[in-house]
Amino acid sequence: MSIPFVSRGFTGRRQRSEEAQRLPPGQYLVRGFPVLSAGPTPRTPLERWDFSIVGAVDQPRRWTWQEFQQLPQETITKDIHCVTKWSKLDTMWTGVSLDTLLQGMTTSAKYVLAFCDGDYTTNLPLDDVTGGKAWIVHAYAGAPLAPEHGGPARLLAPHLYFWKSAKWVRGLRLLAEDEPGFWESLGYHNYGDPWKEQRYAGD
Amino acid sequence: MNEMSKSGQSGTTGERSDEALRLDGNAAAGLLAEVFAVEMTSAQSTCAGCGQTGPVGMLLLYGGEMGAVLRCPACERVQVRVVRERGRAGRYWVDMRGMTTLRITPSGLG
Repeated sequence: MSIPFVSRGFTGRRQRSEEAQRLPPGQYLVRGFPVLSAGPTPRTPLERWDFSIVGAVDQPRRWTWQEFQQLPQETITKDIHCVTKWSKLDTMWTGVSLDTLLQGMTTSAKYVLAFCDGDYTTNLPLDDVTGGKAWIVHAYAGAPLAPEHGGPARLLAPHLYFWKSAKWVRGLRLLAEDEPGFWESLGYHNYGDPWKEQRYAGD
Repeated sequence: MNEMSKSGQSGTTGERSDEALRLDGNAAAGLLAEVFAVEMTSAQSTCAGCGQTGPVGMLLLYGGEMGAVLRCPACERVQVRVVRERGRAGRYWVDMRGMTTLRITPSGLG
């Protein structure tokens, strides 16, 4: 009886140690999925939903919900880190890579500003949404993304603090000059690397 | 014309205008401390979006642990945002672009 008990305990400790190594400094692990919003939850009907790429591009692009669903889909599993210090491991999302959406576009832009229903915005360098680093996701753990978590679709840029993964995203504006978004203009860090603990301006 | 333009330039005619006497914001420290140290929830804000006036305590609060995002109950536009940095220096960031005025009545004056 005692052997399986000891064995389970050892596995548990090792698992906790591996999990701890995946936590950026100052973060703690959650099992649930906290909800944090800067405004009321928009509920845009899918027939009125679209996703646009505008700004400093040769040809703006726009996809309806139906067109978006027909693009190549990827399922990705990533750890996510909120600036309020919770982290969640192995979150599974389905959506379209920004590489797919930006493919073949000609632009001189160096930055993007994600814009959303509810007027939320967040800014990222263009290099941080390309090269397999960002997606527009519409499913979480195999089910349609719930409105409180950003459905019908949100940006997913899991290498940055999670406020950059804008909920209810409707498009990207490509910009030559950087433009701080909703939280970036109110004291939060412009880039937000969790591994460098870039929470606030000046960190 | 020459006389008129001269009279408009303080310093050249000996007039003392606000421009000539301009100080920096530190000189308003006393007034600002009086304004922002009061109980704010009863202050009346006017929304820059729809013009509705009402007490700050009746605005809709969002933002959770990231900061206070206070929205107009009539049009849901953001009136005020406040972030307090956790740890470190504990600085405050305030954005009040969403309100046109804030009317504050010191407590005890009705």
